[in-house]
Amino acid sequence: MIRRQGRLAGMETSCRKVIVVSIVCLGILAGSALAQGELRFCLRSEPKTFDPLKVEDDASAAIRYLAGGVLLRMNRQTQALEPELAESWKVSKDGKQITFKLRTGISFSDGTPFSAEDVAYTVQQLMDPALHSPTGDAFRSGPGSVETKIISPGQISITFPSPVAGLDRQFDQVAILSAHSAKKEMAVLGPFMVADYKPGSTVLLKRNPNYWKSDAQGRKLPYLDSIRLDIQPNRDVEMLRFKRNEIDLINSLDSEYFDKLAATSPQLVHDAGPSLDSEQMWFNEVAKAPLPDYKKKWFRSATFRRAISGAINREDLSRVVFRGHAQPAVGPVSPANKFWFNSKLKAEGHSPDAALRALQGEGFHLENGALKDLEGNPVVFSIITNSGNKYRERMATMIQEDLQKIGIHVNVVTLDFPSLIERMTQTFDYEAILLGLTNVGLDPNEQMNVWLSSSENHQWNPQEKAPETAWEAEIDKLMRAQASSADSKKRKESFDRVQEIAVEQAPFIYLVNRNALSAVAATVQGSSPVILAPQTYWNVERLSVRDVKVASGPGY
Amino acid sequence: MKLWRTNFWRSFACAVLLFVVGVSLAANWLAPAGYAKQYRDAAGASPSHEHWLGTDEIGRDRFARVLYGTRISLLLAPAAALLSTLMAALVGGLGGYLGGRWARSAMAVTDLFLSLPWLFLLITVRALMPLNVSPLTSVLVTFLMLGLLGWTSAARVLCSTAGSLRESDFVRQARASGIRGARLFWIHVLPNLTPVLYAQFWISIPAFILSEANLGILGLGVAEPMPSWGSLLKELEGLVSVGEEPWKFVPLILLVVVVTSFQLVLAKQEEVAA
Repeated sequence: MIRRQGRLAGMETSCRKVIVVSIVCLGILAGSALAQGELRFCLRSEPKTFDPLKVEDDASAAIRYLAGGVLLRMNRQTQALEPELAESWKVSKDGKQITFKLRTGISFSDGTPFSAEDVAYTVQQLMDPALHSPTGDAFRSGPGSVETKIISPGQISITFPSPVAGLDRQFDQVAILSAHSAKKEMAVLGPFMVADYKPGSTVLLKRNPNYWKSDAQGRKLPYLDSIRLDIQPNRDVEMLRFKRNEIDLINSLDSEYFDKLAATSPQLVHDAGPSLDSEQMWFNEVAKAPLPDYKKKWFRSATFRRAISGAINREDLSRVVFRGHAQPAVGPVSPANKFWFNSKLKAEGHSPDAALRALQGEGFHLENGALKDLEGNPVVFSIITNSGNKYRERMATMIQEDLQKIGIHVNVVTLDFPSLIERMTQTFDYEAILLGLTNVGLDPNEQMNVWLSSSENHQWNPQEKAPETAWEAEIDKLMRAQASSADSKKRKESFDRVQEIAVEQAPFIYLVNRNALSAVAATVQGSSPVILAPQTYWNVERLSVRDVKVASGPGY
Repeated sequence: MKLWRTNFWRSFACAVLLFVVGVSLAANWLAPAGYAKQYRDAAGASPSHEHWLGTDEIGRDRFARVLYGTRISLLLAPAAALLSTLMAALVGGLGGYLGGRWARSAMAVTDLFLSLPWLFLLITVRALMPLNVSPLTSVLVTFLMLGLLGWTSAARVLCSTAGSLRESDFVRQARASGIRGARLFWIHVLPNLTPVLYAQFWISIPAFILSEANLGILGLGVAEPMPSWGSLLKELEGLVSVGEEPWKFVPLILLVVVVTSFQLVLAKQEEVAA
């Protein structure tokens, strides 16, 4: 009996041990499931501001994304608009008014309660002309003031003087400020808050203890404890730090580095396909530019521009310069922009013979292998690009060889960026420029400053007093029409036509759309990189970092 | 024994320089396809039978580019060195010989040039240059700029040397014998300045080769598609591991070998100058 008791007691003890061990294991597992840790990545420049309404640089935009709470958020994966601080919203038929129903029981990071007053305060600040908010510019569709009406603490309507195209989508960029907090813009509604900032070194973001979201299992978001943003402008150093496990993400990776990483650790790199960014070249069409008249005549001819476009081998540019991590560009909108891209348009094929025939139709002729115009002037021009950008330098050199095949001599010039910008915007002393365009938004309104002939960024011929060509007048009309309409179908029709004209007239010769390349360390869980910024951490509140102590690198 | 060893290394350096110059001059024969042809289907290729040093990122034969780049850097650096030495002789040598306010003026001009921020000056000059210049013109302009701006240190040395020669006994004696002005300078001063001029010339060559390489890395040197050591060294930007593509280091190795060879030859010139 005693022996039995003893055996039972022994069994009981063993069971207890098993239970204790199981509890400890479960605790460890639960701990690891909730393992939060610190996410580390690099900002490529110093953030210029922590005020979300004054953001105009990438570094500040990254902090706004991580710390700012918005009413509506565009899902970077589906490109659909999703409710955040606003439970629901409604845009009036005339596109002038938007009404939000807000979530209740939410507080800012400092504990100040969130209400419609904060939204009204934010909109007033945003539209204050004295603030010069770049985010606010997107809402300025016409003269007059913006009216906010607090219907109840949980409901607010905002009325704009004129229709604002894509009104609801614009709120993706508007981080709500507190009307009452003493901490001003440092009181936030987003998943993280700025805890420490060492200029030139790091920005430390800590989890917002009052963040309102939870996951499906009821666990509070975000999973991460903190995010450390190291300010590191040098991409080589960023890459080395990633290799040494000192950072967890590279948001935008060069194709060369991508391939090098892919060769050793393919699981760490992600090619999300064509991004919104494009590389393009254009000719100087400014009437007062200090260029010979015969060159102005070439550059202002759509046939000449289209012939140049046709003689450029875009497939080779994508394949050679970007190692296949780019696609030949079709037009002003990348195919990545699912809704606004005009799918009837196709990338221009490489056809030097057709290009030469088109030029011969305009009176150009080949003489000893050199192309000359009707007056006998040899076709020679320069392409400027910014020095230090090896991809653009390579593209320019390849274009140089492509055009040599139809007898055109191109001089490639690399200039420092300020000199290039001065020539492009002040002196207009250039012939052709090769640069890239970074698109952050999907809506055509984001491109208003490029397509309106009166605009400063109408690069081939800026600030025209009146449209100098019929097609520019048509683009002006179409862009204004789409901007003042709330009907997305009509807007799409207008913008499709703009894209067609842009391809027919080739004021910009679109070359390639670079792919969105990124790298994510194996320790980061929940990441699924996309094409829209911020590519790797768009779902930051659901990311976690496994706390793995690695003695050496991950086997690159 | 030590003298024999020194002479051996100098001879070896001369042989290396002659070999490098000879091979680069034979570039048309050794790499008939030229430096600009793009083998786009073999972009970034490793060394092979067709491309001994592989191809660059847009498929140009690296061996051909090294040969032509060497030719450009090695031929134009001495030309720029000659120009800068002449400038130094004119400003420093003449100022020092004339003495007094001439010497002070020469040194003031030299100090002014020395205080100029070179890099920004070159960036500005490049930005002001007409855009439609051929690659060959851009090469000439680059080395011309180096020659016109790189004379200052040599001018200081020459001014000081010419000043001491002016006060030397044999020049005083010549002056007492009735030899004056240009004749005195030509017969008595210049021959004694020649070793210093030689030394300054030889010192300038590697300095200009390195300057051009630095400018090339900054995108300010020789225009595409023409190669130079500077543009070839740009390939090393972003190379995170030495072992990855060692053949990319050939231009760097060549630069080190040539500059070292110049230094070894230079040692002899300095001895002569002393």
